[in-house]
Amino acid sequence: MTEPAAPAAATATSEEAPLHAVVLAGGLTFEREVSLSSGTQVVEELARVGVDAELRDADAELLPGLAAVPADAVFIALHGATGEDGALRAVLDLAGVPYVGSPAAACRLAWDKPAAKSVVRSAGLTTPDWVALPHSTFRELGAGAVLDLIVARLGLPLMVKPASGGSALGAQKVGRVEDLPAAMVSCFAYGDTVLVERFVDGVELAVSVVDLGEGPEALPAVEIAPESGVFDYTARYTPGLTEYHAPARVPGDVAARAADLAVRVHRALGLADLSRTDAIVDAGGEVHFLEVNVSPGLTETSMFPMAVEAAGHDLGDVLSRLLTRRARGSA
Amino acid sequence: MPRHPRLDPLADRYAARTHGMKTSEIRALFSVVSRPEVVSLAGGMPAVTALPLDAVGSMIGELVSGMGAQTLQYGSGQGDPRLRERICDVMALEGITDASPSEVVVTVGSQQGLDLVTRVFCDPGDVILAEGPSYVGALGVFQAAEARVRHVPMDDDGLIPEALEQALLECRANGDRVKFLYTVPNYHNPGGVTLSEPRRQAIVDIADRYDLLVIEDNPYGLLGFDREPMRALRARDSQRVIYLGSFSKTFSPGLRVGWVLAPLAVREKLVLATEAQVLCPPSLTQYAVARYLDTQPWREQIKLFTELYRERRDATLESLDALMPPGTTWTRPDGGFYVWLKLPHGLDAKLMQPRAVNAHVAYVPGIGFYADGSGREYMRLSYCYPEPDQIREGVRRLARVVEAELDLHSTFDTIDTGTFRAVARPGPTHTAENIVGPANSDRSEDPRA
Repeated sequence: MTEPAAPAAATATSEEAPLHAVVLAGGLTFEREVSLSSGTQVVEELARVGVDAELRDADAELLPGLAAVPADAVFIALHGATGEDGALRAVLDLAGVPYVGSPAAACRLAWDKPAAKSVVRSAGLTTPDWVALPHSTFRELGAGAVLDLIVARLGLPLMVKPASGGSALGAQKVGRVEDLPAAMVSCFAYGDTVLVERFVDGVELAVSVVDLGEGPEALPAVEIAPESGVFDYTARYTPGLTEYHAPARVPGDVAARAADLAVRVHRALGLADLSRTDAIVDAGGEVHFLEVNVSPGLTETSMFPMAVEAAGHDLGDVLSRLLTRRARGSA
Repeated sequence: MPRHPRLDPLADRYAARTHGMKTSEIRALFSVVSRPEVVSLAGGMPAVTALPLDAVGSMIGELVSGMGAQTLQYGSGQGDPRLRERICDVMALEGITDASPSEVVVTVGSQQGLDLVTRVFCDPGDVILAEGPSYVGALGVFQAAEARVRHVPMDDDGLIPEALEQALLECRANGDRVKFLYTVPNYHNPGGVTLSEPRRQAIVDIADRYDLLVIEDNPYGLLGFDREPMRALRARDSQRVIYLGSFSKTFSPGLRVGWVLAPLAVREKLVLATEAQVLCPPSLTQYAVARYLDTQPWREQIKLFTELYRERRDATLESLDALMPPGTTWTRPDGGFYVWLKLPHGLDAKLMQPRAVNAHVAYVPGIGFYADGSGREYMRLSYCYPEPDQIREGVRRLARVVEAELDLHSTFDTIDTGTFRAVARPGPTHTAENIVGPANSDRSEDPRA
């Protein structure tokens, strides 16, 4: 594995004044703890390369704080709603505060997994067949009849997951029809719309994309091999329960297709700066888009930092360059 | 250094008993509890701001400036002798009048006391009898000791003596080694119920008949709303009952001062065990508790606490009575911190939790209070920390969550094509038919439980 390159002199130490960055983490979502880990990691990485960064929660203190001590740019390490659904970014736009990451409208699209899948399919990319339905549809048409149709059309096994949200919270693989109603009940606790997707067996990949000024570029894919076979919340955040291989142990042509898919997803959805596409490679080598994350995890067990390292980059340097571009208005 | 594929180069070296230590979704859901928008009915945090903080602050300052040579130094493994005398005064309020300071071991909270007792008595595979549900922190200790827990049912009068006897007979028939009964007789955590007077004697009689050791964990005994403290089990039997006490609920949990009262031979082993574990309990906080008991009106302070908790209990019960949908039931505590709520049939408090977090209300799912994965239809509500208005708002939100969940279940429980089976009814019975081994990593999710 290639050692990361030394930081290319903190971008912030050029002739211009040192950057003051605010890293947003926490929030009022299921992914608060993960976000706080990501945010802490970002602050430490930025500090290591000479960027003055402070961690803030997205709460009632945020806007007065930004008004009192303006930040050159904000790094959004919020996961889940508000941070990823475009709402907070829209408010930062109103406040005229530059931030790293995708614009509000693109985030809204990516946050809505079924909508994002539609866009991706329209762009000619492969994604497992799906249906997304609110609870009211099951109530009004009869759950049994609707589930019958879903199974008849999509087959088994199925992936059942909330139509928005990350960290695999609420996601379940369902192999037997009799387990489907319970999975629906469990999933609807996370939100009012459920995404039911044909399950594709294969090698799970996370492909990070970063744009440092020369267009979006895919970093080496990270292969995910959970010990339990399911990359759920526990497998994601308990070191030791999942094997990660960066770069992924897939043939070169598959890796190239995965990279191409991730970049095309990034472009098709209008994303900016950084994203992470989750995909699966089936037995025939075809790469299927699953979902995209506009605020990829940056914790010690997250795939974006692994990909940066596998590409021979330094995480602090990459984050600093993204911030600098936004702060200087050059993005 | 290259990244290890599993991110943990030591992954294969951990002890087998650590394999259940995994990050779980429940922990993630609890992370929002610290936000002010969320009404937390989850944590069992005492209302420490009701303490005379200035007086306590001056007292602790003086202990350092005037007595630093002692208070900042190592102390006795058994604990400060002056504090042990005062602990005997406290226990006398619950009828334990024969305790000698030499039988008291001061511990880092009663949690350490329970850990010591369990280490001293239990080998892997031994059976511990405990109420079903039982205190989550105790289950964690028993799991660490690789003991097996057999739950014994409770009702509104606490542990059911007949069920205890039945459990003992079955264990005897199975050849199981029952090491002790662990019980929280007063204002049970999480059950909120209190062992009735007749049952106290019945439990002690059974212990005598079956040669059963009883661990009486009593952090809430002085926090009754409408009555004098009940007479402790230890007051009825000084040889078969080991008593765990704590200042966490009557003074401050942050000081981490508790104790064990045990017969002399047991005490000897506990002292050796605690010396191996922590050398000695913290000197400064022991002095602080002793000084507090010597100089502050602590009985009046406990009264103040109980009046405050009674008001919060009332807010909880009144709101539940007014707002909860039919089919929901709950206990009516007359002391302590907790209400134990049972959801309408088929609902699962753990699965419902994301909806509750979305609605900005938090509770502890019941499954954490069982060693065998049961208790899914239960939740624990703590009224000790939020103000009454917050409690009313929290219960209002919770009621809406339960209603939404009922609506969801009505959709998926009654599937009419015959192709699909209705949602499996979760929640085994509470008669604890089987002894179960250490399991269920979801239960240690509430750090303040």
